[in-house]
Amino acid sequence: MSGRRVIAHFSRRYHFSAAHRLHVDALSAEENRATFGKCNNPFGHGHNYVVEVTVSGPVDKTTGMVVNLSDLDLFARREMLDLFDHANLNELENFRDRVTTTENVCVEMWSIFARFAELKEYPEVRLERIRMEETGNNSFEYFGGERQLVARSF
Amino acid sequence: MILLTRKAEFSAAHFYWNPAWSEEENVRVFGKCANRQGHGHNYTLEVTVEGEIDPVSGFVVDLKQLKDILEREVVSVYDHRHLNFEVPEFEHAIPTTENIAVAIWRRLEGKIENAKLHRVRVYEMPDLFADFYGEGA
Repeated sequence: MSGRRVIAHFSRRYHFSAAHRLHVDALSAEENRATFGKCNNPFGHGHNYVVEVTVSGPVDKTTGMVVNLSDLDLFARREMLDLFDHANLNELENFRDRVTTTENVCVEMWSIFARFAELKEYPEVRLERIRMEETGNNSFEYFGGERQLVARSF
Repeated sequence: MILLTRKAEFSAAHFYWNPAWSEEENVRVFGKCANRQGHGHNYTLEVTVEGEIDPVSGFVVDLKQLKDILEREVVSVYDHRHLNFEVPEFEHAIPTTENIAVAIWRRLEGKIENAKLHRVRVYEMPDLFADFYGEGA
């Protein structure tokens, strides 16, 4: 391969299973039910979530990699999966002030994986996108910044 | 402008190894991928082209043409091969998913009539893929 510097996107999907309940304390019981429907069930419910993390950066000429997958996996395990998998999202400190909609979980994933892109080992790696699936038919994408959330329902 | 994506699959063996490094260094960086006996994957290739819809045919590109190009340029070269030993671009580059995406882009660039290559996506497995948008991207 030539010596030109090439930028590639690298994506990895992680899976976790968690419970949540959509509920806002400031709203009445009726308002909560009207707004969140069955997602307001007081006992909570759960999903198998998918988090798709996309980073970009130059393909390292020595290793052929944008990032070492084992570094990203280790980071995901330590900083995200250990916290989120088989947890009740409403109990996590991360959502103390926010409803555990997948939109908010997606934005929270951005702030977690943004710390990976700040590691000194990867000075040129950027976080490009977080895409989350709540079910096979619902997905959410966040590209950082304001007004950048895309929600899709199939 | 509209995007059109065609998938193709190939199965191949590979391993990650930098000959300039010691065995310990290779194992430290590449883990189990450094096993020089090789291992294999069912790769999925997604090639996305961009172009205008031809008012007569309703096509962006002739899908048969695209399928034939993918078969000729990539699948016939990669499928059931050992990437490290049998595919020339990996003689001096490690066949990571990133490098495979870049190599496939270079194989396809300029070969598709009436449409521009937009993205090459290579899945090594369903939970792991690399995207390449060209040298300038």
